[in-house]
Amino acid sequence: MNPDVGHGIVDCDIHLVVPSIEVLLPYLNDHWRAYIRETSFKGPIDTSYPRGAATSGYPQTDRPDGAIPGSDIAQTRAEVLDAWGTEYGILTCAYAVESVRNPFAAAALAAAVNDWQLREWLDREPRLRGSVVVPSQDPELAAREIDRVGDHPAFVQVYLPVRSEALYGTRRYYPIHEAALRHDLAIGIHFGGQPGNPPTAVGWPSHYVEEYVGMAHVFQSQLIGLVTEGVFDRFPALRVVLIEGGVSWLPSLMWRLDKEWKGLRREVPWVRRLPSAYIREHVRLTMQPLDAPPDPARLLEVIDHLGSEDLLMFATDFPHRHSDGRPDALLHGLPEPLKRKITRENARAFYALP
Amino acid sequence: MKHVVASVDEIPPGGRKIVEVAGRSVGVFNLEGEFFALRNSCPHQGGELCRGPLSGWVSSRGPGDYDYSRPGEILRCPWHGWEFDIKTGQSWFDPRRVRVRSYEVFVEVSAPPEDDAAGAVEGPEKGPYVAETYPVSVERRSVVVDVPS
Amino acid sequence: MTATAVKIPTPARSKTAIIDCDIHNNVPSEDALYPYLPERWLRYGERFGVRSYRYSGAYYPRANPAAARTDAWPPTGLPGSDLGFLREQLLDAWNVEYGVLNPLIDDGAPGQLNLEYAAAVATAINDWQIQEWLDPEPRLRASLVVPYEDGDLAAAEIDRLGGDSRFVQVLLLARTGEPLGRRKYWKLYEAAERHGLPVGIHFGGLGGHAITGAGWPSFYLEDHVGMPQTFQAQVASFVFEGVFERFPALKVVLIEGGLAWLPPLMWRMDRAWERLRDEVPDVDKPPSTYVREHFWLTTQPMEEPPKREQFLQLLAQLAMDDKLMFATDYPHWDFDAPDQAFPARLPADLERRIMNGNARALYRL
Ligand code: FES
Repeated sequence: MNPDVGHGIVDCDIHLVVPSIEVLLPYLNDHWRAYIRETSFKGPIDTSYPRGAATSGYPQTDRPDGAIPGSDIAQTRAEVLDAWGTEYGILTCAYAVESVRNPFAAAALAAAVNDWQLREWLDREPRLRGSVVVPSQDPELAAREIDRVGDHPAFVQVYLPVRSEALYGTRRYYPIHEAALRHDLAIGIHFGGQPGNPPTAVGWPSHYVEEYVGMAHVFQSQLIGLVTEGVFDRFPALRVVLIEGGVSWLPSLMWRLDKEWKGLRREVPWVRRLPSAYIREHVRLTMQPLDAPPDPARLLEVIDHLGSEDLLMFATDFPHRHSDGRPDALLHGLPEPLKRKITRENARAFYALP
Repeated sequence: MKHVVASVDEIPPGGRKIVEVAGRSVGVFNLEGEFFALRNSCPHQGGELCRGPLSGWVSSRGPGDYDYSRPGEILRCPWHGWEFDIKTGQSWFDPRRVRVRSYEVFVEVSAPPEDDAAGAVEGPEKGPYVAETYPVSVERRSVVVDVPS
Repeated sequence: MTATAVKIPTPARSKTAIIDCDIHNNVPSEDALYPYLPERWLRYGERFGVRSYRYSGAYYPRANPAAARTDAWPPTGLPGSDLGFLREQLLDAWNVEYGVLNPLIDDGAPGQLNLEYAAAVATAINDWQIQEWLDPEPRLRASLVVPYEDGDLAAAEIDRLGGDSRFVQVLLLARTGEPLGRRKYWKLYEAAERHGLPVGIHFGGLGGHAITGAGWPSFYLEDHVGMPQTFQAQVASFVFEGVFERFPALKVVLIEGGLAWLPPLMWRMDRAWERLRDEVPDVDKPPSTYVREHFWLTTQPMEEPPKREQFLQLLAQLAMDDKLMFATDYPHWDFDAPDQAFPARLPADLERRIMNGNARALYRL
């Protein structure tokens, strides 16, 4: 129980971790089971969250029973849902099927993750909502997977890793956006991804800390792309949430994009309004991490620069640990109505939660 | 105050002439026989607006659709490319920042681009910026601009 | 009353003398460099042309021809190629006390795949700058063009001309082959430090990668708006590779990147460093400390927040009053006008520092 946020919050980023490919075997067909056994394929390797990195949060939450945090429903119930008095928790699963080059294997793994997620998590815990894992490298197969499970009421969004081969605003990804809209799902763009191309415009950085910091730049590129390439004009009902990508960079991006659009809009005439207006209408951000200024007084300044109180949604990002403080420490000193919006109302409206 | 700035022949259709009247630089444009005058200073950062390229209005029904209309009627600032309607001085985007300028004079804004009026294509919002325009008349084969003193 | 067509008089619009930290001089046409190229490379260029990573206007047709203000074309040649015209339209018109030239000559040295050819072209450009710009115009200073994808060749060019005090920095373009903190660039930094030259990193370039961390965008707008992401990757690389621990006197100028993205990057880097510093033990100060000590920023293209006070808040968040330097980016289309570019009125002392004081100190003018 938390004095600052009280009961009934919506937690927009709770990690669901596939502990090993073993748990998926019951959800794969005979061919893929044999294929995995015969090749000793271990499934995608998740390098977005190195096990020993403090931000990944494993050491702090490693349990005597050896359960990997985020892979055990009893643990998630106790440490997240009960501990925080959570009314709704949105599961996000970073299982990197986009790194598997065989698109059919990737699609089979994604389907298995979704069925496992449904059976072992969403069907068993009414407070949880899910994200559909898709082979995003193949938008047509991804759309097929969205169509397969998208009508299940517990799924509220499609999970897309922020690192991708191409920008999600480009035409190539229309099938994913269309499928999401068919099933009234949001698009959740999340930290990480293993698409094979470097995470910066200048190649591969040496250190994880650079990749971690740099993830925010990839979010920025994706956001610029979504607006500029015309996705929000083409799909006016599309809702996008940027998860675990930081927040405080957004004002600078809106200022720059608005300014340049004024002179270059002829190239993209489907962008009819200020780009920042599209962002405020269609895009939300989870606030773990926030990348707040060290001086708490400046935090209100940053929120003012966002130009809207509707954009931020609370998240614990369990089990990740982006700072020494608790996730709700960020809310200290915010006015009560804003706190309510961030911890409850914005997410309820965005995901249309009952 | 009225100033004779050119003879009609000097500014053929599609042409322009930049003149100095009443201490300010003014661009006079001939659009298919009709004359228009704008202050040669962009409301954004003061670029010499009237030296910018003339183009048409680009609108769209969605990604990939480019609809080009009103050729020659849209003046693009030579610096940052903001677009102004020669006939009205109206800018066609929505810059929120309005800097107070000592000479700022808002002229009457006539109809928005014809596409909008026809309802065929939804255009952007009209911005608060308007380039200063002046009434122009033709008297005895001379182009006359009326600039407040 | 009759008016006559007149050339627009251009009385200096800015009262303050300014130091313009980003002016692009250009060749009127490519043969202008021929006299400065050795026979071998002249012939190489003629026969094989440019082989480079550089993408060009062919990828993203730019806002205007040559990405220039449409009023910046001299009677002949490309924008920025005519000293007389540049004097009149920029130096005299805006009361420019000193201007720093950053030649971004198309098909120039950066990004050439043949590194020795790149070195020859860099040498030619620098010699051309001395002869055609620095000798005739005392208000001008220049950046040294180097084949920066090779540390040794770059260091050699820095050693060749580093003693000419009219060269005030080494010029790199933001989109490099590797993040700039990596070892392959260290020889360049060593040489720059040896000669007391800042390293300037300018908008643009291409190092062989897609221009975002998620592939190629479709539009010039994205290319142009997307440059701060590259600058952010470079700043993070400098800091976390420990470059400033190795080269404590190194100064880096970020040119034409804007500035609003830097405070949030500092906040993010500091927080990440607190959690992940065991990976980079050489980095023993918070990243923002290195940034505020080693980085300078040119102001253009100035972000324009919707409210004035937000711009002042941005400057306070940045807390780098002694590191901001004004730049016009002449003759390019996103030119910042010295008298109107600032979205808010600055305190007089700060304005003076940005318009000339900081650059005077950094470049020792
Ligand atoms: S000065 Fe005209 S668009 Fe900026």
